[in-house]
Parts: sequence; C-alpha cells; structure tokens
Amino acid sequence: MKTSKLPNVIFKLLTFGAAICVIVLIVGMLLTLLLESWPALRRFGFFDFLFGRNWNYANQIFGALRPLTGTIISTGLALVMAVPVALGTAVFLVELCPHKLRSGIGTAIELLAAIPSIIYGMWGLFVLAPMLEENFQPLIVGTLGKLPLMGPFFQSHYAGGVNLFTAAVILAIMIIPFIAGIARDAFNQVPPILKESSYGVGATHWETIAQVILPYTKTAVAGGVIIAMGRALGETMAVAYVIGNRHGGLDSIFSPYVTITSVMANEFNEAAGLQMSSLFTLALVLLIANFMVLSLAKYVLRSKFN
Amino acid sequence: MNMDLMTVDNLDFYYGSHRALKAVNMPVVKNAITSLIGPSGCGKTTLLRCFNRMHDLYPGNRYEGAITMRGVNILSKQEDLISLRSRLGMVFQKPTPFPMSVFDNIAYGPRLRKVKNKNILQERVEKALRQAALWDEVKDRLNDNAAGLSGGQQQRLVIARTLAVEPEVILFDESTSALDPISTQKIEELMVELKKDVTILAVTHNMQQAARVSDFTALMYLGELIEYGDTKTIFTRPKHKMTEEYVSGHFG
Ligand SMILES: Nc1ncnc2c1ncn2[C@@H]1O[C@H](COP(=O)(O)OP(=O)(O)O)[C@@H](O)[C@H]1O
Ligand SMILES: [Mg+2]
Repeated sequence: MKTSKLPNVIFKLLTFGAAICVIVLIVGMLLTLLLESWPALRRFGFFDFLFGRNWNYANQIFGALRPLTGTIISTGLALVMAVPVALGTAVFLVELCPHKLRSGIGTAIELLAAIPSIIYGMWGLFVLAPMLEENFQPLIVGTLGKLPLMGPFFQSHYAGGVNLFTAAVILAIMIIPFIAGIARDAFNQVPPILKESSYGVGATHWETIAQVILPYTKTAVAGGVIIAMGRALGETMAVAYVIGNRHGGLDSIFSPYVTITSVMANEFNEAAGLQMSSLFTLALVLLIANFMVLSLAKYVLRSKFN
Repeated sequence: MNMDLMTVDNLDFYYGSHRALKAVNMPVVKNAITSLIGPSGCGKTTLLRCFNRMHDLYPGNRYEGAITMRGVNILSKQEDLISLRSRLGMVFQKPTPFPMSVFDNIAYGPRLRKVKNKNILQERVEKALRQAALWDEVKDRLNDNAAGLSGGQQQRLVIARTLAVEPEVILFDESTSALDPISTQKIEELMVELKKDVTILAVTHNMQQAARVSDFTALMYLGELIEYGDTKTIFTRPKHKMTEEYVSGHFG
C-alpha cells in the first residue's frame, strides 16, 4: 500500500513551527522587558524600586510602591465585592432560576464578559463615578468615615468620583461575569445523585447548596477566582479611566490614586530615559505578579486531583 | 404477623406527558424487605422515588393516586417533604459520600436537625456506623475524607448516614450493583440485620439477591405491577406466566 507521506511531514513542520513561535515570543518579550528595565534597575535596585514611594519626574526618582499598592488594593476590593455577587448569581442560575429564564440570563452573563474594557471605562467615568459619588460615598463617609483611627481612610478629600474605590467597583463588575461563568459550570458538574443524597436525608435547598454543592466545587471555584484576580491585576483601560492618576499618599479609598497599569497607560506617551525604563520595570513587576497568580491557580487546580 | 406500613393505591406517575407508572397497587410490609424486580426501564426507580418524593425536585413531574402511610397520603401537596425524606432514607446505585470527613458525613443529617451537642453527635455517629457494620473499619479514621474509603465502605457509609437520622424506611436503588461480591454480601447481610429497625424497599436486577434477602417481591413490566407476593411464592409458584419467565431468566 502506498501512502503519500509528504502532507504529513508538512503538517508536522507547520505545527512545530507554530509552537516554536510561541516560545520565541515569550522569551523575546521577557528579554525586551529586562533590557529596557535595566537602566532603572541599575539605578534603584529591584527592591528599592519595588518599595520606593516616589514617582518624581523633576528629581528623576521612580518607585513602584504606590502603583503596586493601588493595584493590590483595587484588586482586593474588587474580589471582596465580586465573589459573593458572582457566586450568588451562579447559585441562582443553576439551582433556583426557572428553567425558562436560565439560558437567557446565562447568555447575558457571557455577553457582559465580552464587552471591551474601554467601554466599561467610559461607562465608569461618565455614569458610575458620578453615581457612586452622589449616592454611595456619602453613606460610607457618614458611617465608616466617623470611626476612630481608620475613619480618615473612608473620608472624601477630592470631588469627581474618580478614585480608587470607583476603580475597584469597575473591576468587580468586570470580573463578576467571569467568576459567575466558571462557578456555574462547576455547579453544573455536581452529580445529581449527590444533591439528591442531601435532600434524601431531609436537607433543604439552601442547606444542600451551602453544605454539599459549594464544598464539592470549591477547588474549581477557587481556581476561577484566582484567574479572575489575574485579570483584575492586569486590567488597564477601564481602570485608567476612573482611577484619577494621582501620584500621592493614599489618604482615602475615595481619593484618586494610581495602579501599575494606569501609570503605564498614561505615561508611555511622554516618557523618556529613566522614566521610560521605570515604566518597563513596572511592566516587569506586573508580569511577575501575574505569573505568581497563574502558578497559584495551577497549584490549586492540580491539588484537586491528588 | 404482618403489618402494612404503607399501601400504594392506584398510583400513576408522569414524566411530563410520559406515563411511567400505570395504576400500581401494592402494600409495603413493616419490618420486612420488599424487592422490586423487572427488566430495565420498567419503572422500578420511578416507583421507588415516589416514596420520598424525589421527583418533586424536577419540574414537570406529576403523581396521581396515593401512597398511604398511617392514614395520610404522602403524595399530597401538604406533605412536608423535609420531614418525609428524613423518615424515608434513600441509598443510590453508586456511593455518594459528601466531600467531607467520615464523621461529618454521618453527622450531616443530625446536624440538619440542629443536634449540636458534641457528645450526642458522637453517640449518634458511632451508633449509625455500628448499625451499618462499618464502625470497626473506620473508627480510627473518622476525620479522614470519606472519598478515601473503598466503594463498599462508601456504600455502607451512605447507609450509616441514612440511619443517623433514624428513618422508618430505607429505599435502596440497585445499591449493590456497582460493588464487588464481598461488599455485596456484606450489604445484603446488613439489610437483613436492619429489618428489625426499619422497613426496606429495594430495587434490584439481581434475581438471586431478591430471592436471598427479600420477604416480598413485586415484578414490574412497562410501568405496571405484574405480580406481588411473598418471595417464596413469586419464585416457586408464580401466578403469571411472565413472572415465571422473568424469575427463571428467560427474559429481561
Ligand atoms: N427523568 C426522566 N424523564 C423522562 N422519562 C424518564 C425519566 N427517568 C426515567 N424515565 C422513563 O421512565 C421509564 C422507567 O424508568 P426507570 O424507573 O428508570 O426504570 P428502571 O429503574 O426500572 O430501569 C423508562 O421508560 C424511562 O425511559
Ligand atoms: Mg433504575
């Protein structure tokens, strides 16, 4: 029997070539980042850069502490707000929603996840920021803002509604569909007889959700939350619109601030020299953070099968 | 002396428009084992799941007729399903340990009933595990995840979990079909042992098992109950030709 081997060989070469391209790209990107960061790294040192609180063009001193803090706080706040809402949405979709509504709401969630982030940014700037400033901010200022010690952290020093808190809300809104989608898929994987076993000893719907469905899916859901965290860390356009971009001390969650991504988006245009190199170093920091988050997700998801 | 704990009266069941049970009538004798046999798809599982109203979890299902227990129709809309299901426990074809420790699996039902006292919980767990003939095998690993037990142990764990809520009835749906012969034998012995405390209704496709363990047997076919009687009669002198053919392995 005679078969032509040539198509096979060509196919193999093509796929191999594509795989090599990926690796070349990653290595190239890392090299570029390292090369471009080098002047800043040599001038400040990695840890002094990481924990440096200044970002000062006049004195040519750059440090990542404030953008890094902004990124961590906005992401953390976003998760705190998004996780309960997303899990609630997923529980509703899988366990409580009338069957007729299910696919409609499911599709709506998928659409939300597909909206380009710049649209979230514009909506955040023109709709959400003023809305939060008028309706929500006074509530917090009047309650948490009156507390001793941590009170000032919840007071309002700047008008306009563009601030760290608004950025966190926008991030939360953006990752909710993502977490909800993953949680919904996980809940759908729970074997019906496992749920029935819980009902079978007289559990209510709610008890079954809280004590069987959530524990059964916790690894998958945790993986989803971590991946969403990675997204929030790297989200740029939406945050750049609503964070306010103020390189100053963080005096309140209602003050304009910076994140790693917002600094990069805003300053690349006009930067040169040491500032440019510092922006590349920020990029490197973000990449490392994202890599750590991804590894964590891999580790959590892997431990499920061991 | 036999006493009927429940009676099924003219029971019809519909999955949407599909009529899966047709005018089923039979008693369920107290403190006895009743086997439901019949070819695949004849409605055994469907009938079993009427008793604890499992069908109510899914939309479009409908009962007609009655299952009477102490003068009350448990198929009525007013029936409290939470309490019904804790009186009629269920064991499935495959073991269904919850993703938690052995202890927490058994304590699951009592905790739902707000038993919080640690000593009482401990007593209930030990009693249930002893009843399920599992205590000796797991007493040193109560805090281990239940997923680490063998298949047969997991199935006895599920039986213990069911027993921990002190049910009157346990419904078994081919609960040994996924197990090896030794585990199967253990569960069969357990079922016979449990008779003194509970009433058992067991679906099986294993004729020998029905003959070995059950006191009464019901043969179903295409959603109808063909014949009901004490097991000995069903297997030796059945009234219907179909029963004779089925128990002798000629069809099904
Ligand atoms: N969830 C369901 N929806 C619709 N039809 C079903 C469902 N479950 C079972 N049936 C149908 O009901 C009949 C009886 O099924 P079942 O009670 O599972 O049989 P058995 O347990 O005796 O094998 C079969 O015709 C089956 O196809
Ligand atoms: Mg069945």
